[in-house]
Amino acid sequence: MAPRQRTDLDWLQGPNLDRRRAALGLGAIALVPLAALGLSAPASAQRSADSEGGLRGTQREGTIAPIPIAIPEFFGEDRRFAAEVTGVVTADLERSGLFRPLDPASFIDRVRDLNAAPRFQDWRVVGAQALVVGRVGRAPDGRFFAEFRLYDVLSQRELVGKRFAADGNDWRRLAHRVADQAYERLTGERGYFDTQVAFIDETGPKDRRRKRLAIMDQDGANVRLLSQGGELVLTPRFSPTAQEITYLQYASEQPRVFLMNMDTGQREMVGNFPGMTFAPRFSPDGQRLVMSIGEGGASSLVEMDLRSRQSRRLTNTGAIDTGPCYSPDGRRIVFESDRDGAQQLHVMNADGSGAKRVSYGDGRYATPVWSPRGDLIAFTKQMSGSFLIGVMRPDGSGERILTEGYHNEGPTWSPNGRVILFFRESQGASGGPRLFSIDLTGYNERPVQTPSFGSDPAWGPLRS
Amino acid sequence: MELSTWRKRIAGLCTALAVGLAVAACANNPRPEDLAANKHGAAPPGSPRDFAVNAGDLVYFSTDSVDLSPEAQQTVANQARWLKQYSQYTITIEGHADERGTREYNIALGAKRAQAVRNFLAQNGINAARIRTVSYGKERPVAVCNDISCWSQNRRAQTVLNSRHEARS
Repeated sequence: MAPRQRTDLDWLQGPNLDRRRAALGLGAIALVPLAALGLSAPASAQRSADSEGGLRGTQREGTIAPIPIAIPEFFGEDRRFAAEVTGVVTADLERSGLFRPLDPASFIDRVRDLNAAPRFQDWRVVGAQALVVGRVGRAPDGRFFAEFRLYDVLSQRELVGKRFAADGNDWRRLAHRVADQAYERLTGERGYFDTQVAFIDETGPKDRRRKRLAIMDQDGANVRLLSQGGELVLTPRFSPTAQEITYLQYASEQPRVFLMNMDTGQREMVGNFPGMTFAPRFSPDGQRLVMSIGEGGASSLVEMDLRSRQSRRLTNTGAIDTGPCYSPDGRRIVFESDRDGAQQLHVMNADGSGAKRVSYGDGRYATPVWSPRGDLIAFTKQMSGSFLIGVMRPDGSGERILTEGYHNEGPTWSPNGRVILFFRESQGASGGPRLFSIDLTGYNERPVQTPSFGSDPAWGPLRS
Repeated sequence: MELSTWRKRIAGLCTALAVGLAVAACANNPRPEDLAANKHGAAPPGSPRDFAVNAGDLVYFSTDSVDLSPEAQQTVANQARWLKQYSQYTITIEGHADERGTREYNIALGAKRAQAVRNFLAQNGINAARIRTVSYGKERPVAVCNDISCWSQNRRAQTVLNSRHEARS
C-alpha cells in the first residue's frame, strides 16, 4: 500500500531521457514543448497496447533527471520574508519533478544586485544549468512585490526578468508567479503553480464522516473551509472562468447540484428537477453545466445554460450515465455509462448525438476527465480488486496506467495538462482518503498536504 | 413471521461472510427470538420497531447488482403486508453502495437499488405516492472494516417510516 513511483513508460528510460535532458539543457533551454520530448507514446508502446487490447506496458521503477537549477536566497530588507518567498519558489520547482534545486551552501557567487550580470563561471562550476535571482520587498504603496531574473547559465543569457505586485497580503502568489515564469521559460509549457485546488475536507470516524468544502493553493497552503459540515457535500468542480465552483450538496434529503461563488460565499441550487441531480461539471466557457439527473432509478445527462437556466436532455437510455466532462473545445462530452452492461467510457457530441464507446480494456472505467490539452482522457479504472488511475486518447487508444493500489479515484488535471491530482483511500475502519499528485508520465508521485483526510480534488485555472 | 424473518436476516449475514468458520459461528448465535427481544425490546404492533423487527427494514444486494434476491423479495413482500396494515405511514427508501466503487456511480447505483425496492412494493399494492427514495451512494457505511463481510452489509436498501406529514417535503 505504500505509494510507489511507477510507470509503464519504459520508453522514457535510456535514450529518451538523454534526449530530454539535452533538449531541456543548455542553449536549447527555451521553448521546447514537452510534447516534443518523448512525452507522447511512441510507436512501439502504441503497438503493444493495440495488439493486446489495453495496457500491457512493463511497469518499472525509475527516475527522470531533472534540470539542476540554482535559486540563491532572494534579497530584500526583510531577510526572513525574502527567505520564505525563495522557499516557495524552490519548493514549487522541486515538486514538479522537472527541476533539481541545488544546495545554496555550495554556491560561490553572491548575487547582491539584480541588475549586475551573474558570474556565470561560478554557477557553471556548482553544476547549475539555470539560475534564478530575485528581490522582494514592499512598494511605496505598501504592496508586496517580487522582481526576478532567470538565466541560462551555459549560454550566459537572461531568459526573462519581471516584477510582480501582490494582491492584498497573498505574498505566496508572488512566489508562485516567479516559479511559473521559470517553469514556462525552461520547459516551453504554461506553468501551474499560481493555482488553487478545491477538495472535500474529511474529519471524524468513517461511519460518521463530516465532509466540508475546502479550497487551498496547489501546494497545500492557505486552506479555507467553504462549508461547515452540516450538510453532506461532494465532488466540487472549478469554473474555468470565475471564482466559482459547482458541487453536490444534500438538500431536503436529496443530492442536488449547487453553485458557489467563492469570493462572496453565496450559494444556490441549480435547476428544478423532480429527482436528484449530481456529477456536475462546467463547460470550458463557464456558461453551461453538464450533469446527471435521476429519474425512475436511471441516471441521464442534461446540459443547463447558466444564464437562461434552460436545460436540455443529452441522454435517455435508462442506464446509469454519469461523470460527464467536456472536451476543451466544448464540442464533445466524455462520460461513463453501464449501457453495455458495465461502467465504460463513451464520447458523444455536446448535443448528445453520436455517442460511441471508447474504452474496451479489462475492468470498469469511471470518472473520465478530458485533459486541458485535449489529447488525453484521465480515468479511474477498477480491475482485479484494485483502483487505478490512467490516461487514454479520446478514441480509447494508447491506454497507460499511472498509479494503482487498493483505491485510487477521481483524477483532475493541472491547467497545463501535465500533472494529475487524485485521492487515495487507505483501508479499514481508521482508513481515509488523502490527496496525491502524479506526473503525466507516471513518475513523481507525491502526497499533497491537507489538514485532515481529503478527497475529490478539483484543480482550478491559472490565476495570472 | 417473526422467527422466519430473523432466520433470513441472519442467514443473509452468514452467507455474506462466505467463510466456513464464520458460518459455523453464526449457527451458534443465540436463537433469533432472544436476539429480537434483547436487542430491540418491546415492539408494539404498528410501531417503527415492529416494522424493523417483524417485517424487516433492510435488504442486501450483491456486488454491483440492483436485483432483489429471493430473500430480499420476501422481506419487501413482508414490508408491503405491514404497510397495508398500517397505512398511516409514508416511507423513504434509502439506497446505499459499498466503498468498492467510484463516488458518482455509487450514487446512481444506490438510486437504482432504492428504485428496485420501490417498484417491488408498488407491485405488491403499495401506492407509489407513499414512497420516496434517496441514494447515499457510498457515503453512509454501517460497517467499516475492509473485507467482503463489511462491504456486503453496506450494499443495502433501508426502508424508513415517516409520518405522512414528514414525508411530504
